[in-house]
Amino acid sequence: MILGIIEHSEGQVSKLSLEMLHFGRGLAASTGKPLNAVIIGADAGSLVGQIADHGVDTVYTIEDARLTDYAPDAWAQAVAGMVGSHSPEAVIACGSEIGNEIMARIGARLDLPMAANALEVETGENYSMTRVRWGGSLLEEATLTASTKLLTVAQHAFEPAETGSGMPKVEAVSADINDADLVVRVVNRIVPEQDGISLTDAPIVVSGGRGVGSADGFASIVELAGMVGGAVGCSRAVTNNGWRPHSDQVGQTGARVAPNLYIACGISGASQHISGCAGSKAILVINNDKEAPILAKADYAVIGDLHEVVPAVIAEIKKRKG
Amino acid sequence: MNILVCIKRVPMTGSRIRLTEDEQMIDTKNLRFWMSPHEECALEEAVRIAKARTDAGEECITKVLTLGPADAADQLKHGMAMGIQDGILIETDGSDWDPMATSKALVEAIEAEKAAGVEYDLILFGNESADSGGFQVGMRVAHKLGMPAVTGIKDLEFADGKAIAKRETTAGFDIYEVPLPAIVAVKEGLNLPRYPSVPGRLKAKRKKIPTMTLENRPGGPDKVRLKNPPATEIQTEMLGEGAAAASRIVDILEELGAI
Ligand SMILES: Cc1cc2nc3c(=O)[nH]c(=O)nc-3n(C[C@H](O)[C@H](O)[C@H](O)COP(=O)(O)OP(=O)(O)OC[C@H]3O[C@@H](n4cnc5c(N)ncnc54)[C@H](O)[C@@H]3O)c2cc1C
Ligand SMILES: Nc1ncnc2c1ncn2[C@@H]1O[C@H](COP(=O)(O)O)[C@@H](O)[C@H]1O
Repeated sequence: MILGIIEHSEGQVSKLSLEMLHFGRGLAASTGKPLNAVIIGADAGSLVGQIADHGVDTVYTIEDARLTDYAPDAWAQAVAGMVGSHSPEAVIACGSEIGNEIMARIGARLDLPMAANALEVETGENYSMTRVRWGGSLLEEATLTASTKLLTVAQHAFEPAETGSGMPKVEAVSADINDADLVVRVVNRIVPEQDGISLTDAPIVVSGGRGVGSADGFASIVELAGMVGGAVGCSRAVTNNGWRPHSDQVGQTGARVAPNLYIACGISGASQHISGCAGSKAILVINNDKEAPILAKADYAVIGDLHEVVPAVIAEIKKRKG
Repeated sequence: MNILVCIKRVPMTGSRIRLTEDEQMIDTKNLRFWMSPHEECALEEAVRIAKARTDAGEECITKVLTLGPADAADQLKHGMAMGIQDGILIETDGSDWDPMATSKALVEAIEAEKAAGVEYDLILFGNESADSGGFQVGMRVAHKLGMPAVTGIKDLEFADGKAIAKRETTAGFDIYEVPLPAIVAVKEGLNLPRYPSVPGRLKAKRKKIPTMTLENRPGGPDKVRLKNPPATEIQTEMLGEGAAAASRIVDILEELGAI
């Protein structure tokens, strides 16, 4: 079987898990093996309905009361146990923070290799795969040789898609977890009040780079973002200068965004920045250098000083609104 | 508190990445080298923790460890210029070691430290290396050393022999409390790394770096070749120059229903 690890939080299966199942169906089809899934958590059984119609044959539920709070070693131990008892051909998870850490811990426990952020896999005795490097600026072709292949699926490379396969079979499984596996666990959650829309959900992101020049220079970018129901983003040059908080940073070591429109003001277009916004439906560049590399990624471009262009846009919006 | 920071030397790539002819490496002619921003934050955090504790009268050892070519000494020196006391180099021929081989070597180096009387309360890693992004070396080291580990950490404090670590999630923050000794994989945003001072750099320059060589024991995944992502041809619509383009921009925003 191909075994997919379902990620969930607050009673909600993540969208990335459904993307992962789409990828898993491809593996199942090319190996002729069933796609099964495992859901871990005290409420596992109640989540099965959320993955109905996604091509899963059997769902294994591990409903241990000790797994109410997320505990990565316990999750890894539970899945490692299933590798022993069920000998899956491959175990797959989301290429998310949680998916990657669980898979790394499974690999460590079983002393098996693990490949993070796969895009394509050719199955066979060994897997020939393409995976993401450099946060997406570069790809790697690699071979994965192991009795059970461990890999995670790059984010947003696949869309969740329903197959009409209906409700999967459900089988309860118990996990052999000890106290040491529960040492690392979430003891508390902080959910801050949202002021405005979050960067990763925003339909429009107005982003500023070093060209903005100062923390004060962001005033008009913040104002424009507010007027269009968008969020503010920035480049690493900006967070390094302390002009904006790191939570605004877009790129390899910041957030990944995929809005309908990404407005890049005074950003040059380093690959590490582009990898964070390449999923945008359209990119509008405002830059005073007509040779800036980011223009190669631009659907729309304005050559000019952002400190003139952005206020003029704000004035025009005010004028049209009357 | 004794703190070890594990970092990896990587090229600072620009807007286009060129590969070597054999497609095994990035062509680094004309490129400078650095480390992942996550790892730079790990160095900064170690310096800050040690400073606060030393000021309070506690003895602290801080070291930075890397597996890489002889030139990776530059990255160790950068860490020392920031305020880390010493560096350790596991010298390779410059080829890329896979995550299993890397973690085995790091464990050997950490065990050699222990044999020499240095035990670490905290071992800091980056959340993922900038180049290979394997998301696993820290977890493998933690398992081999039997230490608890947390990943994705953007805020770190200590109380009662425990690390209190915050990880950012889509909803907010998850909080972990892990007993020391522990492994913590951190992310950029944890702090703003300092730029090394001139005296700091001069001091680091004079430091000797103990170097060891270890056997490469590959475990996979096995790199076949690197490649650039397929280029997408984009038709750029020029909206004009300067403030005169504002009206066209607002047209686009209107079409998107944003106003
Ligand atoms: C491992 C690694 C990870 C990284 N991760 C990230 C990341 O997550 N996110 C990220 O952003 N970067 C990241 N970087 C850094 C990245 O390589 C670049 O250094 C950074 O993105 C540059 O930011 P910038 O475009 O704002 O600045 P610059 O490259 O300095 O560009 C400034 C631009 O502003 C334009 N400009 C100047 N004045 C004006 C004006 N008045 N009006 C209009 N335009 C103007 C200039 O023409 C120029 O194009 C990473 C680097 C490494 C090595
Ligand atoms: N060659 C290396 N030398 C020292 N530390 C490393 C090396 N490779 C990876 N690491 C550490 O392990 C973390 C995760 O790496 P990776 O598993 O490659 O994503 C990095 O951020 C570093 O802290």
